[in-house]
Amino acid sequence: MSARASPPAATLAETAPPSRARPSFGRFLRRNPTMALGGLILILLLLVAVAAPYFAGDPISMTPAKRLKPPSAEFWFGTDHLGRDVFARTVFGARISLLVGLSVAIFSIVVGLAIGLLAGYFRKVDAVVMRLMDGLMAIPAILLAIALVALTKASVFIVIIAITIPEVPRVVRLVRAVVLSVREAPYVEAAVASGTRTLRIIRRHILPNTIAPLIVQSTYICASAILVEAALSFLGAGTPPDVPTWGNMIAQSRLYLSVAPWTIFCPGIALAIVVLAVNLLGDGLRDRLDPRLARRM
Amino acid sequence: MLGYIIRRLGSTVLVMGIVGVFVFLLLHLSPGDPAAIVAGDNATPDQIAQVRERLGLDDPLPVQFIRWSGGVLRGDLGISIFSNEPVAKLIGERLEPTISLSLTTIVFAVVIAVSFGVLAAWRAGTLIDRALMGFSVLGFSVPVFVVGYLLIYLVSINLGWLPVQGYAPIAEGIGPWLQRLILPTIALGLAYVALIARITRTSMLEVLSEDYIRTARAKGVATRPMLLKHALKNAGVPIVTVIGIGIALLIGGVVITETVFNIPGVGRLVVDAIAKRDYPIIQGVILLFSGVYVLVNLLIDLSYSFLDPRIRY
Repeated sequence: MSARASPPAATLAETAPPSRARPSFGRFLRRNPTMALGGLILILLLLVAVAAPYFAGDPISMTPAKRLKPPSAEFWFGTDHLGRDVFARTVFGARISLLVGLSVAIFSIVVGLAIGLLAGYFRKVDAVVMRLMDGLMAIPAILLAIALVALTKASVFIVIIAITIPEVPRVVRLVRAVVLSVREAPYVEAAVASGTRTLRIIRRHILPNTIAPLIVQSTYICASAILVEAALSFLGAGTPPDVPTWGNMIAQSRLYLSVAPWTIFCPGIALAIVVLAVNLLGDGLRDRLDPRLARRM
Repeated sequence: MLGYIIRRLGSTVLVMGIVGVFVFLLLHLSPGDPAAIVAGDNATPDQIAQVRERLGLDDPLPVQFIRWSGGVLRGDLGISIFSNEPVAKLIGERLEPTISLSLTTIVFAVVIAVSFGVLAAWRAGTLIDRALMGFSVLGFSVPVFVVGYLLIYLVSINLGWLPVQGYAPIAEGIGPWLQRLILPTIALGLAYVALIARITRTSMLEVLSEDYIRTARAKGVATRPMLLKHALKNAGVPIVTVIGIGIALLIGGVVITETVFNIPGVGRLVVDAIAKRDYPIIQGVILLFSGVYVLVNLLIDLSYSFLDPRIRY
């Protein structure tokens, strides 16, 4: 912020030739260590998730003779109570977690953005929509998702929808707040006065203002969605039990905590690493894109 | 002030009404025959018809809603499909462990988090600050059940310091009651600590840069009263707000923590109800938890003018 406010000072300070020509990647990393670390971990995990079928082995097949084996050269993360390879299951679990995290982030941003733009720009819609959103927000997210999943046949898609619904009101509130602050801006008034059509005003003048906060918000939604998915599976209200997800693995292994702790802590640590990486990325993005929010947090 | 309280109460009632409509409609909005959903996968047509009659699913929706919400207002949350007992009674039997766990967690989280936050703000930029804030990001990222199993594994199984799981009613003595609540409280409180500590730090940082803090320092107020009386009190509003918002986090966490630690509370009731598709119980528990959330946030809103007399309505 301050750097932008005083360009002369900045140019004086930098005696080297203009560095803005091509910002180097190394410099980016040095200036945004948390973002770089989070992004790096996530890219690695994405690669692992995509390549899972080619290297991880079989997450489903059971070898009863090799039940509850501790980590070894043959089974890197050991085996569970049915003799399944915990390493393969953990790697395949990353696919579901990342799929759910990304899908929920995209769906809730798209739906929340649409509703938020409507509510913020058209005052008549506003009162009704916001009361509905208040009601929806009062229901604890996990319980709402539990109820939705309990009522339908469990599947990954249903889980995604069930986690998306409680996230939408948070996006709506954010977008609405941005719209309300922008719609009174002189350039919007000027656009209205010069006869620009409403749709074009929203697209050209209002939408761009929502992008930065939404990018930041989407990372937090992604992190929370991954946690909620794991919690739902853990509680038996998530993805079907035969799908290797981290929550399912922990739920199925919990009776073996004292004899085979690796069956719980391998997926558990994987879960923590993914969420930590997303949160680090989010914090980094927030500091860069949304200085106002950064100060508030 | 009175006008504000009345308006605020009005909007609370409205929000609870909307929650009621959502909870009621959940069963009807889901694809398929509600009676078949409730009766389960292996139900005979006879059983489905029985469920339909018991829940009055043949009546028009508005009639059903009025009958159901009338019952709710009189404290009748319906009858459990599985055990045939009133849902309100089943919930009542499970309240003690849940309230115990929630209260110990709130006390634990607020005490730890506010101390952490004040310390981090006071020593802003130092190693202590960085370590505390790093810990807070970690607290957000490690799920409740992983922390829970880690604590059970390390403290109960390996060290044998505390009982592994379960709950002892407070009637059996404070000692056993507290002993079984220590680990669940830490596991559940971690994310909450992270949330409150962050806000406390930010809010304190803002207040510490105010002129009156410099004045207080200049006239010789010692560090501790300066931090606690002058700064923390003025940093209170955002902290209290986030404590209220965090109740939602806590409620979700209670359900998971009770499952991890085998605590027979309301959370376990709802988790067991999922497997049995006991829909009236799920409905009742959602209503209860949403009501608590809305009520807590109402009280917090009303507490602002007490915390900060400059706020008037």
